[in-house]
Amino acid sequence: MPKDTGIGASPKRREDVRFLTGTGNYTDDINLNGQAYVHFLRSDMAHARINSIDTAAASAMPGVVRIFTGADFEGVGGIPCGWQITDKHGEAMQEPAHPVLAQGKARYVGDAIAAVVADTAEQARDAAEAIELDMEELPAVIDMKAAVQEGATKVHDDLTSNLCYDWGFVEENKPAVEEAFANAAHVTTLELVNNRLVANPMEPRVAVGDFNRATGDSTLYTTSQNPHVIRLLMGAFVLGIPEHKLRVIAPDVGGGFGTKIFHYAEEAFCTFAAKALNRAVKWTSSRSEAFISDAHGRDHVSTIQLALDADNNFTALRTDTYANMGAYLSTFAPSVPTWLHGTLMAGNYKTPLIYVNVKAVFTNTVPVDAYRGAGRPEATYQLERVIDKAARELGVDPVALRRQNFITEFPYATPVAVEYDTGDYNATMDKLEEIADISGFAARRAASEAKGKVRGLGVNCYIEACGIAPSNLVGQLGARAGLYESATVRVNATGGLVVMTGSHSHGQGHETSFPQVIAEMIGIDESMVEIVHGDTANTPMGMGTYGSRSLAVGGSAMVRATEKIIAKAKKIAAHILEASDADIELKDGQFSVAGTDKSLAWGDVTLAAYVPHNYPLEDIEPGLEETAFYDPANFTYPSGAYACEVELDPETGKVSIERFAAADDFGNVVNPMIVEGQVHGGIGQGIGQALLEAAVYNDEGQLLSASYMDYAMPRADDLPFYQVDHSCQTPCTHNPLGVKGCGEAGAIGSPPAVVNAVVDALQSMGKDITHVDMPLSPARVWSAMHE
Amino acid sequence: MTKVSMTVNGKAASGDAEGRTLLSSFLREELGFTGTHVGCDTSQCGACVVHVNGVAVKSCTMLAVEAEGAEVATIEGQAAPDGTLNTIQQAFQDHHGLQCGFCTPGMVMSTAALLKENPKPSEQEIREYLEGNICRCTGYHNIVKAIMAASGQDVSAIAAE
Repeated sequence: MPKDTGIGASPKRREDVRFLTGTGNYTDDINLNGQAYVHFLRSDMAHARINSIDTAAASAMPGVVRIFTGADFEGVGGIPCGWQITDKHGEAMQEPAHPVLAQGKARYVGDAIAAVVADTAEQARDAAEAIELDMEELPAVIDMKAAVQEGATKVHDDLTSNLCYDWGFVEENKPAVEEAFANAAHVTTLELVNNRLVANPMEPRVAVGDFNRATGDSTLYTTSQNPHVIRLLMGAFVLGIPEHKLRVIAPDVGGGFGTKIFHYAEEAFCTFAAKALNRAVKWTSSRSEAFISDAHGRDHVSTIQLALDADNNFTALRTDTYANMGAYLSTFAPSVPTWLHGTLMAGNYKTPLIYVNVKAVFTNTVPVDAYRGAGRPEATYQLERVIDKAARELGVDPVALRRQNFITEFPYATPVAVEYDTGDYNATMDKLEEIADISGFAARRAASEAKGKVRGLGVNCYIEACGIAPSNLVGQLGARAGLYESATVRVNATGGLVVMTGSHSHGQGHETSFPQVIAEMIGIDESMVEIVHGDTANTPMGMGTYGSRSLAVGGSAMVRATEKIIAKAKKIAAHILEASDADIELKDGQFSVAGTDKSLAWGDVTLAAYVPHNYPLEDIEPGLEETAFYDPANFTYPSGAYACEVELDPETGKVSIERFAAADDFGNVVNPMIVEGQVHGGIGQGIGQALLEAAVYNDEGQLLSASYMDYAMPRADDLPFYQVDHSCQTPCTHNPLGVKGCGEAGAIGSPPAVVNAVVDALQSMGKDITHVDMPLSPARVWSAMHE
Repeated sequence: MTKVSMTVNGKAASGDAEGRTLLSSFLREELGFTGTHVGCDTSQCGACVVHVNGVAVKSCTMLAVEAEGAEVATIEGQAAPDGTLNTIQQAFQDHHGLQCGFCTPGMVMSTAALLKENPKPSEQEIREYLEGNICRCTGYHNIVKAIMAASGQDVSAIAAE
């Protein structure tokens, strides 16, 4: 029987009621007294010199409060980058200034040039149209390889080139890797593109800045995955506001997927303008604006090579990647193609020698940063595609080739700097073969053929590094932040608990799953635990939610704080029961003295903590409230095996996903319903990347797919029901819950499964096709069929 | 500015609107029904679906002045007065048919319209009907399942939510 409470149960989500009744509190639902509205005038040229901005006519328009330009921000800091990469020569990456409003030049379509603040949003928009801009269009650099050619137009005049960094990893391994390739029995080479995507959380970004002149306090309401990070970055590096005078609130947030991690200029603007005008200032992004101002994701061009010996053992791997940074460095952009990508190139395999080169390139496009999976999908896609290609070249079963090369002993130190603690890749592959009914594929293929369709099967594995991350390690790797998480557990006199967590929920269901953990630890009902998050004024400094880290890191902090609570409560109970602390046991919400019938209820002890009449005041303080900061000892390493079956329509080239199965190992699972929902959503986005989505720029730097009319979001009829399983569980060894994280797996594991399946289908038609770049649109697949 | 009056969830409501004010903005900004969400500006995402005189409408495709005198139903009026969720809302909760909740009001309102015209839709009919409602979180699996359950169909054979 499934449990109905505590760890392993699937209680209905408590946050759902407000979302289902229209009573959620998203940032755009917040309206402050007397607020003004800002509209940003954005560049419609990818690269242009700003000769002059004439705001006279616009300023005289109805309702206009003030128009700001770059000149108003000359004395203000720029948007900081949170990660510094050291290149293969030991030099720091090139890091351009990133002003709040453009200074002198616009560097991508969407770069904000001026900001109009007016009494209404419509007045601000109208006035922006009356601003007279004198802009001189300059040649734009869009293609990454062209951008790093000698003599290319520079995105930033003060940098030596458009190369942000040239990273080699592990540089010392390079000669041994070369030697292994020279001695290989077989080398498989694959060039591929990891298509540029737009994260597209359904809630567009919103910021509301407020200022209280009486106290000098600033407040920012924003659509963020990590309000404390925004407070630190914006306060310390942009606006010079100390943290005790700045409050950042991220209330209900309508999806993030990475793109709401970053500190954006619009947040700084609204906070700055509210103080300058002594009036709240609100910005609500339109979807069209989101396409040209939210950080994009992926956009890698790679060449990967796999070396094998005569027995088909992987002997070496090397990969060269061009990674687009866009026009400026978004908050964590430099880390994505490096430490979140290079360190995953071993995948599930015992390849002994690996060398990764990444050239990060500035172009006149929207900044690119983390999107669900962030670096790990790019690594997995390269690796799982090249293995599939190798299997086909060698005429061996792709699954057997994988199994032959699986890592089977743990802990396992990879040649790319990480140590996997646990995993069982054969177990997840066995489970996949079962739930995907791989043995029934031949019959299904025959059935497809009988109705004139072409069926293909794609299988792949993935591993990811989650639970980001040990602070001392990421510090060595260039992070300008620690990556711990925090929790304060406050027990009230009558026994209820409030957990104030630095993690942030924007769809993940923390309000439901976190109480399950505490209920299990104390033996009380989940309804006695409330979760508070998203407001820097009432939660301890936390690093927020991304990298599938909430439960592994934030949940661990909550466990540590609750352990302190239980230890103190036992002391109180021991005093009242006149026993030794060591003899007190806590079970089902009752403290008892081992070996006796003496016991005390949870509520009696919590009341004693706040009414300390009979209390060990000489030893411990009254009250029951504890804080813990948890810094993980290692990443966690979720893994799994995915299978996709597609049908191609030979008439049109349209690919339809007929079956999709995912067997994941997330370690222990707190709420299976939520975990499965996370996997479903990740798979939906991964299939979206594989079949539909692409942020496409033309040579002039215009984003051609800048609305839902042009950017193909996956819709209900593009996707099937999924078969997902998480029964293979090798618990994480270094966090107290044994959990690994599940938020990104689906988006990491699914694109190669889809592409492997389509290539399989094409080859079954007798086509000598070894690769088609994503998205596998009907036009691309039809062309491949007719080559 | 024009004064616009309508009935929202059975109660009279009125406010000022410019000629260009969309019904979605009027409901959110002027009348305070912030459960209706705006997720795009090309009438694609469906987060703003409400019912106007019993018909599902993307409220960003309609001017507020066009709704003068209309009966409008929004997500805020779907549960019973005591807060009990309606069948569709309850099915979405039971089957984890929502994550961040932003597309949810439109999904619930579109589902209500679907079930009115097709009380027992097939999986394929549901998927096709939801063409105009985008969800980025769920991969649609549990939404489709919830709608099948809300229409009284046995969903036990569909993979777990």
